[in-house]
Amino acid sequence: MKRIKSKTAIVAIVFSLAGPLSAGESLPIRNCTWCHGSSAQGFSTAPRLAGQREKYIENQLLSFSAHIRDNPLSQQYMWGATANLSPEAMRDFAAYFSSLPPKAANDGDPQLAAQGRAIYELGIAEANVAACLVCHGPNAEGIREIPRLGGLSHAYLKRRLEQWGQGFHAAAEPMPQITRALSPNEIDALASYLSFVAYESLE
Amino acid sequence: MKVIGLRLALPAAVLALVLSAPSRADEMGGPGFSSQELRAKLDYCKTCHGLSGQGYRGYFPMPRLAGQQPKYLENQLRAFYERRRSNPVMANVAHALSPSMVAALAAHFKDLNTNPIGGAPKEPVALGKTIYELGLPEANIPACSACHGPEAKGQGEIPRLAGQLFPYTVKTLGNWSKERGQGPAKDDTSFIMAATTHNLTQAQVAAIAAYVGSLR
Repeated sequence: MKRIKSKTAIVAIVFSLAGPLSAGESLPIRNCTWCHGSSAQGFSTAPRLAGQREKYIENQLLSFSAHIRDNPLSQQYMWGATANLSPEAMRDFAAYFSSLPPKAANDGDPQLAAQGRAIYELGIAEANVAACLVCHGPNAEGIREIPRLGGLSHAYLKRRLEQWGQGFHAAAEPMPQITRALSPNEIDALASYLSFVAYESLE
Repeated sequence: MKVIGLRLALPAAVLALVLSAPSRADEMGGPGFSSQELRAKLDYCKTCHGLSGQGYRGYFPMPRLAGQQPKYLENQLRAFYERRRSNPVMANVAHALSPSMVAALAAHFKDLNTNPIGGAPKEPVALGKTIYELGLPEANIPACSACHGPEAKGQGEIPRLAGQLFPYTVKTLGNWSKERGQGPAKDDTSFIMAATTHNLTQAQVAAIAAYVGSLR
């Protein structure tokens, strides 16, 4: 019942976007979808927002505006995009995008998916690599301020995992520490596996 | 420069911690591993259990290890290893630890003394304190303090409960027969807890978890 209601709400929102934005439009989501894709499934270098955890989106918007998330593309795009956003608008954007159903990117290397899954679920104890599952959930669905990883694009996941090791977004403990223990091949495998994790199998 | 500073801060802090206790460091640089390997393993534990061993709320609650009784930690790691306590991730972790490494890790966490992470409901704390100190005689629940101590610090193989994560304690109190004592071994101490707690209601479980979680 709850599901039907939220689906109805989404359909209503989608329909309201079909036409040109009215003067009374309170949430200018087109400022976001210009880069993140018209249905917020991600596009080019911009990650999927659809189905991302509400609290995570809000926290990231705050991190961009406070220049805590300082990855190169964040500086280039998101610092400016969030410079004039009110905390209320950040919450509204987070609520909206988290309610959209995500589609898996499916763009990783299928040959690496099994290795990635093993690292995701169990870690590599001998090499002090933590299991991702304990925080991000058995289906990579995320929770609260911890992001959903399932179905994000291979390129985005790989870039984020690499950039922690390069010193960007250092305040996002414990991620910098975790990623430093990963080899380039293991990062590739994790990003590949996660790109195939579908929303349909979740929740 | 700022980024470099932040990246160096963590190893530097760990190093400072180790160096500040030279006798402990000598003890731990012991058989089978270098002090560098010990630091790497401690960083690994703290990835999930918190940088000060305070615990962390991920998708699953990762328990507080700070101040925990070494004997209890050793017993649990052995239970994970032997699959008496079912947890695939921790079984994997335990398989990569030598007995001397376990002893060194346990000794390190025993000495940490960070504040509880909080997040427990406040209202049931008073009821929790009553149950903890006096038990529930009409339900055949003994006082927790009888074994876990008046300050919930534990002793020997009996774990410290003070400052433990609320959701972790709640889950543990309802999970004895599903998670622990899974092997044929008869000496699994979790059997005591299954019998001790099976009469507790959900509200009473929450009250106990809220109370012990608030203790420093």
